[in-house]
Amino acid sequence: MMVFRQAKWDEPVLFELGGSSKQTFAVDDEFSGEAEEALSKAPRHVLRSVEPGIPNLSEVEVVRHFTRLSQMSYGVDLGPVPLGSCTMKYNPKVSEELASDRRIVDLHPYQDVDSVQGVLEIMYLMQKWLSEITGMDECSLQPPAGAAGEFVGALIIKKYHLDKGNTGKVEMIVPEAAHGSNPASSAMAGFKVVKIPTAPDGETDIEALKAVLSDSTAGLMLTNPNTLGIFESKIVEISDLLHGRDALMYYDGANLNGILGLVRPGDMGFDIIHLNLHKTFSAPHGGGGPGAGAVCVKSGLKEYLPVPIVDFDGRKYVFRYDLSRTVGRISWFYGNVVPIVKSFIYIATLGPSLREVAELSVLNTNYLMRKLAGLRGVSLAYGEGRWRKHEFVVSFEKLLKETGVSAEDVAKALLDRGFHAPTIYFPLIVKEAHMIEVTESESKENIDALANAYKEVVDLAYSSPELVKSSPTNTSVGRLDVLTANHPKTLAPTYRYVEKLKDEGP
Amino acid sequence: MHNWIPNSSPEIRGELLRDLGLKDVSELFSDVPPQLLLARDLNVGFGRTLAEYEVVRLFNTLISKNRLSEVPSFMGGGLCQHYVPSAVKALVSRSEFYTAYTPYQAEIAQGLLQALFEYQSLMADLYGVKVVNASMYNGSTASAEAVLMAARAKKRRRILISESVHPEVVEVIRTWGFGAGLELVNVGLDRESGQISLSDLRSKLSDEVAAVFVQTPNFFGVVESVVREVIEETHRVNALSIVYTHPLALGVLEAPGAMGADVVVGDVQGLGVGLNFGGPSAGILGINDDKELLRQFPGRLIGATRTVDGRERGFTMILQTREQHIKRERATSNITTNASLEALAAAVHLSLLGSKGLRRLGEAILGRTHYLVKSLSRLESVDLLFPEALHFREVGVRFPVNAAQVLRTLASRGVYAGPDLGRFRGELGDCGLVCVTELHTKRDIELLVELLGEVVGRGG
Ligand SMILES: Cc1ncc(COP(=O)(O)O)c(C=O)c1O
Repeated sequence: MMVFRQAKWDEPVLFELGGSSKQTFAVDDEFSGEAEEALSKAPRHVLRSVEPGIPNLSEVEVVRHFTRLSQMSYGVDLGPVPLGSCTMKYNPKVSEELASDRRIVDLHPYQDVDSVQGVLEIMYLMQKWLSEITGMDECSLQPPAGAAGEFVGALIIKKYHLDKGNTGKVEMIVPEAAHGSNPASSAMAGFKVVKIPTAPDGETDIEALKAVLSDSTAGLMLTNPNTLGIFESKIVEISDLLHGRDALMYYDGANLNGILGLVRPGDMGFDIIHLNLHKTFSAPHGGGGPGAGAVCVKSGLKEYLPVPIVDFDGRKYVFRYDLSRTVGRISWFYGNVVPIVKSFIYIATLGPSLREVAELSVLNTNYLMRKLAGLRGVSLAYGEGRWRKHEFVVSFEKLLKETGVSAEDVAKALLDRGFHAPTIYFPLIVKEAHMIEVTESESKENIDALANAYKEVVDLAYSSPELVKSSPTNTSVGRLDVLTANHPKTLAPTYRYVEKLKDEGP
Repeated sequence: MHNWIPNSSPEIRGELLRDLGLKDVSELFSDVPPQLLLARDLNVGFGRTLAEYEVVRLFNTLISKNRLSEVPSFMGGGLCQHYVPSAVKALVSRSEFYTAYTPYQAEIAQGLLQALFEYQSLMADLYGVKVVNASMYNGSTASAEAVLMAARAKKRRRILISESVHPEVVEVIRTWGFGAGLELVNVGLDRESGQISLSDLRSKLSDEVAAVFVQTPNFFGVVESVVREVIEETHRVNALSIVYTHPLALGVLEAPGAMGADVVVGDVQGLGVGLNFGGPSAGILGINDDKELLRQFPGRLIGATRTVDGRERGFTMILQTREQHIKRERATSNITTNASLEALAAAVHLSLLGSKGLRRLGEAILGRTHYLVKSLSRLESVDLLFPEALHFREVGVRFPVNAAQVLRTLASRGVYAGPDLGRFRGELGDCGLVCVTELHTKRDIELLVELLGEVVGRGG
């Protein structure tokens, strides 16, 4: 078994660093006379009164500081990051290199379209490709992330009903197992969120759905395969039910890894979908962002998309602003173009073999699921005997009861074994949950190693639970005190608070 | 088969299938209604898998159709071309950072968490506020979130927005405010000063107003000298003041928090982040209150803490009970993925600059703006939109003819400036923006002015 030791630097916070060098990044003084003149004419009260507390360091100090911090971080390039729902696949290096070309990163968004035909062609092709992949008719790339795409979708649903004079459509149905951004986006669009449970087979409880369906229903937000990794086999019936009430079907397409090239949301009856290019289409996650979203719709909703979208007028690529029922701009400019370019390279490279991405991610998932489902204290949540798609969820409820070791403890012990932990305590319908997604990027050896790590931890939980509970010990720091971190008296969201606490105590 | 997919070789694929007792991968999809299974290949990409060098060639052919300004770009409109230090590029290219997910497992992500904590601390200092979150998508969505937060906190729906705010920011606020039923009211411009009109503001303030939104330096590059008065007036009706500022202006200009702003907003583009054709960048959002407003604050926050044994310092995400993954429909925002890497870039750039470098960079930009204003004033055929105002980075100009046409002619000579303001407001069709940054030399600015003189005529 691989031994993992994360770097551990006692790295001071930036504000505590040396400071003896008193250097700054060189700035020319060609215009210092002009600056003086401008400053002398400016009203005093618009000028800065207190110098900001940024230390003045040499470049060497800054580079070492952040390089050390990078060594105390962990991404896909170091090992598996099996976070369910997050699709942490490999980020090809060629995409990084190409997307940093000056002819992308130095483009100004207000340049004349004649001077940006290359990037517009890329965006146009992406709109087409994503329509084809999702089975939709038109896409906008403007949402800067998945949640923003959801919000657009919810706004489209709202506006669609209002345009029909249907002011009573005030409810959005969202499964309890849905990602938290679904209900949050619905609420932001002004909907009342109506929850529905999951049936024991792991699918949406269709009787519960029928019970809440009414003329107030504006739409349903669903992801299929759902967050348990289970395919909603009654999806056509669900779509018919919703459409029968003049409600729209919204697909949370953050993660298409389970169905890419095999099944398309548009064919299932969905009207609107958002995509996360930073999940399925390999744009890196950046330690939390930036991502890139896309929102795609069936032709009847095209006029509702955010503007502008990219179009081809027969001669050149142009921005179209004239969508008659547009929900408006969800963000300024045209979306997060750099990640869009990276996803373009991913799709261009794989082409029709995108299907293999889904096939291998599903194969990998089920291969690992089989290994974990047999472990002591571990149970598969819902859907007994069903195959999963891109991810699966196990529960450590029994382990907790029998040993006192929780899902969180298991996660921390996995860190010690060189794996990032999976998503924990989600979906909320599963107690002591681990939601695991290895994607197509993990080799059989790595999946075996992860399964072994799980086995080792679970066995340890039964023999020496305190060893699991005291993990992690191989990471840069040990278990952190979350209560202190969140307590109003000791809250420290900036360095000023740290200093104040030092001086005054909590 | 592809080498980005380790198990895609027939041997390994076969092993996995055998282990599961399957003959074909299609058996894993037996629960999908057969009529839903796609019976053909996706029509995406270029018909087949491409070798890396083929993709590189194809990509280069495509982007060779993009053109760049021959001298540093004079284009403005919220985003301007600045120098991105090599050290910033090198550090954000560390794949420990860029291939990481959101730091949900704090113990294995201390470096990333500390860097984001430093970002929050640096920005809070720069803007003179108590708390800044770990980033929004960009300045426009940070603005929308600020307005929504104010409406929630004040339980009021009316928002006053100065006409001198970036028009696309206003559009984004309108889109985001639709669901919450926000009412956006425009506060007019003082035509002399190019700033928000205080008299118009006073006439529109009432106890139904949740917030007043102003920008300085504003969309026309004018440094608004009335921000303090705006804030005072806003507080008189117990509303929140929201001030949008570019971080690079804050080396020389007063921090909005120090002027009494309740909420500050901005965008890091230019501070370690390139133009990127408009995105990504990162949105700055901060508040001057760590109690009431903090409860309504959207987005991720990192905090300092200690290990459970009390021995070491560490960092972790805090106050997550405001966020969607816990609070769901009652969350303060739906935001999940943000713009951490661009926030990191901004933090690295600020660290390189230091307080002294930031001031010098601010002066370098201010000096160039002043020089540009003086040079343009000498052109009789070109008028400054607001000749009496103090400008920073951007300057609004009026041409004797259609601005879009003038700017197109300039571009055909390899000099990019703009945007023309007609694209935002019909009545400003003869106006455009010009932006100068540390990248411009005196000769660059003279070249621009000379070319403008040729295009629109030196005389009246
Ligand atoms: C299922 C699901 N839906 C929506 C989202 C939101 O996407 P984003 O983080 O890009 O806003 C995510 C990821 O966080 C997700 O996993």
